[in-house]
Amino acid sequence: MDVGSSQGQLAAYMRDHQEKVVGRWSELVTAGIRGRSSPAELRRELDDIYSLMVRVLSDVDEHALGELRAALAELSRTRARNGFTPRETAIAVFSLKEAVYELVADVAELAPEYFAFSRLIDDLGLHTFETYAAARERIITDQATSMLELSTPVVRLWDGIIAVPLVGTLDSARTQLVMERLLETLVATGAEHAVLDITGVATVDTEVAQHLLKTVNAARLLGAECIVSGIRPQVAQTIVALGIEFGDIATKATLADALAHALKRSGLTVTKIGPA
Amino acid sequence: MERVPILKIGPTLFVSIQIDLQDESVVRLQEDLADELARTGAKGVIIDITAVEIVDSFIGRMLTMIGSISRLFDAETVLVGMRPAVAITLTELGLSLRGVRTALNAEKGLALLTGSS
Amino acid sequence: MPELPIQSGDDVVRVRQQVRVLAAESGLSLVDQTKLVTAASELARNALVHGGGGLARVEVVRSDSGKNGVRIDFVDEGPGIPDIDLALTDGWTSGGGLGLGLSGARRLVDEFELTSKAGGGTSVVVTKWSR
Repeated sequence: MDVGSSQGQLAAYMRDHQEKVVGRWSELVTAGIRGRSSPAELRRELDDIYSLMVRVLSDVDEHALGELRAALAELSRTRARNGFTPRETAIAVFSLKEAVYELVADVAELAPEYFAFSRLIDDLGLHTFETYAAARERIITDQATSMLELSTPVVRLWDGIIAVPLVGTLDSARTQLVMERLLETLVATGAEHAVLDITGVATVDTEVAQHLLKTVNAARLLGAECIVSGIRPQVAQTIVALGIEFGDIATKATLADALAHALKRSGLTVTKIGPA
Repeated sequence: MERVPILKIGPTLFVSIQIDLQDESVVRLQEDLADELARTGAKGVIIDITAVEIVDSFIGRMLTMIGSISRLFDAETVLVGMRPAVAITLTELGLSLRGVRTALNAEKGLALLTGSS
Repeated sequence: MPELPIQSGDDVVRVRQQVRVLAAESGLSLVDQTKLVTAASELARNALVHGGGGLARVEVVRSDSGKNGVRIDFVDEGPGIPDIDLALTDGWTSGGGLGLGLSGARRLVDEFELTSKAGGGTSVVVTKWSR
């Protein structure tokens, strides 16, 4: 942004009164953030930004604006990570306007420079807000990814038989993760049977069914047979009503039924140990 | 053009695809396999794709065709060692490769062949 | 931006390899690399078999949000595709197996742009982003 060449006077004035203005600025910011930052730390932060601002206004250093923007972006990101609200973060920038205004209110010849300064603050305030918003979004995405990974375990039921309990929604992102996890486990364990348990899947519609079929197909390409278990009565009716065909994929009501089926297919049987 | 070697061990033909094959080589493999099946009367074919990083629709179709050709010679084909990333990609492409059996590795593939004869 | 010629089966292999290298450098996951290279294989083959030969331009790109990605532009001066909607439906074939190529490739990438007209050549630009 073109700062304009004639803010040298304002810059000099601001430099001469640095301590007083930063003090006032600190007060305004502290009032806005309700004590969430230690006074000494805040004062240091603001002092640094103030000095950068003076350099920008003096227009002697072409890198100063870039440094200022970077410093504000960093401030923003830290605030975002520490749970400050958008207003609390923007307050830091906008209240500088007020502090400087109080300083130059009675100095008429600084008015035009003050207006240019004010526009610069507005631009920097927006920049701060944008950085804050981007940082918050990043945090949310990371959390969503963590949640997704935590809720996709693959368990070993028996030699050669693994199970994937699916909980919640089965959307395409989840399906990708399930497929990756499942296939990696098949390779690692050499399992030939995989049970996909959908007891915890809230709704089973055509899309969910397609995702299940995709997963079954992928496992098949690695030589494993899938069984879909956890078909609740309600779900069974929905599947039939929607005309979804599971073809030759075995489906069972419970995980236990699926395990029994897989054991049988593996040529294993469970016998009761007689009385001692 | 690279030619994929075909090994015969007992009643089984072994093919191990080690490199990034271009289309002509895959077609050549299909022809060579048909010749070998006719010549040897082998009962099974194991195609090892453990080292294959990419299977697109052309190669996928060729593999299915190899399965069909083998069956005409009364032989069973097993595709072994598909990589997870390849399986996921093929599934996304909509290819299920029905018509060829699959197994995790050559050992399991052989077990399938001997089990089914 | 380097241009890779697509005039033979070996060229298709070279395109795959170049895409693979750039995909790995851009930080795409293994599954995403595989999907992109497979899509590139489909589209390069199309350019060769149906377009009478063409070329591919592969480049690393960066999104506004700072993510890396790979963009590939496949161009051929062939007969073109008269009905694009039809070509993009699953299972469509022009009697040579164009069928799974386009619609399949589209599912494997994040962005897919097809421009073509009968007798006017074809251009397909695909992009895949890292997560």
